[in-house]
Amino acid sequence: MSRFFSLRRLAALLAKELIQMRRDRITFAMMLGIPLIQLILFGFAINSDPKGLPAALVAPTQDRYTRAMVSALELTGYYRFTHPAASAAEAEALITKGDVAFVVTVPSDFGRRVERGDHPTILIEADATDPSVASGAISTLGIVAAEALLRESGAEAQAAETEATRLQVTVHKRYNPEGITQYNIVPGLLGVILQMTMVMMTSMALTREVERGTMENLLSMPATPIEIMLGKVLPYLGVGAVQVAVVLVAAKLIFDVPFVGALPLLLLGVFIFVAALVILGYLISTASRTQMQAMQLTFFFFLPSLLLSGFMFPYRGMPYWAQTLGEIFPLTHFLRLIRAVMLKGSDYAGVAQPMAALAVFVGAFATLALLRFRRTLD
Amino acid sequence: MNAEPAIEVRGLTKRYGGRAVVGDVSLTVRKGEIAGFLGPNGSGKTTTIRLMCGLLTPDAGEGRVLGHDIRRAGRAIKREVGYMTQRFSFYEDLTIEENLNFVAGLYGLRPARRHVSDTLADLGLTARRHQLAGSLSGGWKQRLALAACIMHAPKLLMLDEPTAGVDPKARREFWDEIHRLAAEGLTVLVSTHYMDEAERCHRINYISYGKLVAKGTVAEVVRNAGLTTVILEGDDLTAAARRLEGAAGVDQIAPFGATLHVVGRDGAALRQSVERVAAETGTTMHPAETSLEDVFIQLMGGAKDNMG
Repeated sequence: MSRFFSLRRLAALLAKELIQMRRDRITFAMMLGIPLIQLILFGFAINSDPKGLPAALVAPTQDRYTRAMVSALELTGYYRFTHPAASAAEAEALITKGDVAFVVTVPSDFGRRVERGDHPTILIEADATDPSVASGAISTLGIVAAEALLRESGAEAQAAETEATRLQVTVHKRYNPEGITQYNIVPGLLGVILQMTMVMMTSMALTREVERGTMENLLSMPATPIEIMLGKVLPYLGVGAVQVAVVLVAAKLIFDVPFVGALPLLLLGVFIFVAALVILGYLISTASRTQMQAMQLTFFFFLPSLLLSGFMFPYRGMPYWAQTLGEIFPLTHFLRLIRAVMLKGSDYAGVAQPMAALAVFVGAFATLALLRFRRTLD
Repeated sequence: MNAEPAIEVRGLTKRYGGRAVVGDVSLTVRKGEIAGFLGPNGSGKTTTIRLMCGLLTPDAGEGRVLGHDIRRAGRAIKREVGYMTQRFSFYEDLTIEENLNFVAGLYGLRPARRHVSDTLADLGLTARRHQLAGSLSGGWKQRLALAACIMHAPKLLMLDEPTAGVDPKARREFWDEIHRLAAEGLTVLVSTHYMDEAERCHRINYISYGKLVAKGTVAEVVRNAGLTTVILEGDDLTAAARRLEGAAGVDQIAPFGATLHVVGRDGAALRQSVERVAAETGTTMHPAETSLEDVFIQLMGGAKDNMG
């Protein structure tokens, strides 16, 4: 055996390491599971040039020109008219809530103007809170629509290249007209930062007691499961409050993110979101045996939520199954809420849905955690 | 003494992965007595104690602790029992006083400050109350743990190997404290594998590989074991020990300093064998008292290891 390096010593170290790896099933599962999940999510769900985005059509007179244009827009693959006969007010509500990414408005005199060659105009409002969502759809828009219209009116022959007959497409990039990415990312980051710290901190709550041997003592004293849970998670609501203040002030002062909504509404949403997160962390804590496992489970949860929530990639651009999967993450609902309130100035009715979803998470996580909590050492 | 016993459990069984760690243990502890709970490492003492204070659910068996059903009334038991865990299980990053404040709060003691300061004074911890629990030596940690267990004035104290790793002086003081508490009417169940500690208990219960194999006062246990002990003295004890190996009637041979303890169940055969060896090796034989340790070694040899 050499003094500095011996294969036999190395082999002993490797053998011990492999035995420990094999005993720790969760780590082993993570080593196989994480690459697989990452691959599937990145490979299939992520789309940075999102297509099939939901759109609403406001067209009081649905004549053949309108239909031709709508089908041409759909053929581009970027638009999917989920609300083909919306009123102006309905469309406004839909885009505020984030249910549609576009509102296409065809004025009632559109058909007549086409036939007369009198400056036909359509209006496309795009939800530009996420600039990447709108860009592809907008860039293909003008040409496609114009060509479709020319075909339909049979005006191709005369190559009606006069100013008067050409379709005018007016695009309104709503909420973020300059397409500044930070406007979308910074509010989202509040959710991501809160999620990372809150879940990770509370996921250690019980495993730390178990690892230090204090759990046996805690259980032998008359504390009830709900008291233990609240005792563990409430302090982190305070930590969360500090983080929220820091991120919101930074968003305003450093990134100049507009804040058009009501602060109390946002704070209520953040509060429910943080409550859901700390209880989720606690739930992870009841399911893990060591702090290491708790960390791994947190990470296991963290990664897909980042990818599927709409934080990194446009939510509406993902395939339907991925969108459904995205619904199980509190972050998804929180992003809808904070973007709606901060950037779109949504009122309570506009964010009632994500708010309710977050409240459901709080209830569900708390119930599961209390059911999972072991009052005994069995 | 005719009142209901503090602990009365029958047929307690706890299995882990099909292996009975505790198998059919029945135990009675009278009010106000110090009951010793003895047995070798891994014999199921800790598991039995946890079963009795509601920290584990038994797979079979039933019983009452302080009149409460151990299966159903775990919460009531927790309020009236003080349980001192084998491993120090208070918060090392809290001071003595902070730990006691925490415990006082959990038991809802009022006024908490008064309870804590009284307990600190009772156990001589007042001067150290601002010291972090993690920085305490074994003896002081044990004292803190005892303080935390008795602060809520439990009726029953369960101590799981409380003196492991504690020096003789601290052990002596600890036992004086236990006797003082018992004199005030507290019932104490204490597990140990120190023989001198077993002898300080009113009654002892010996558990081996999950089964209760002996119980009674120390004198009763020694008498019931039916062992005969003789001592050999002389120069060539090593040769004597070698010759006694496997001889008729000889169960245990143990050197104690300049003497050799020889123990056996069959007194006549034992004496015969030892007399023969004494003559052969030029050593002298004296009759001796059987000690509790001799009994326990004998019991351990007789019980089947439940790992196999």
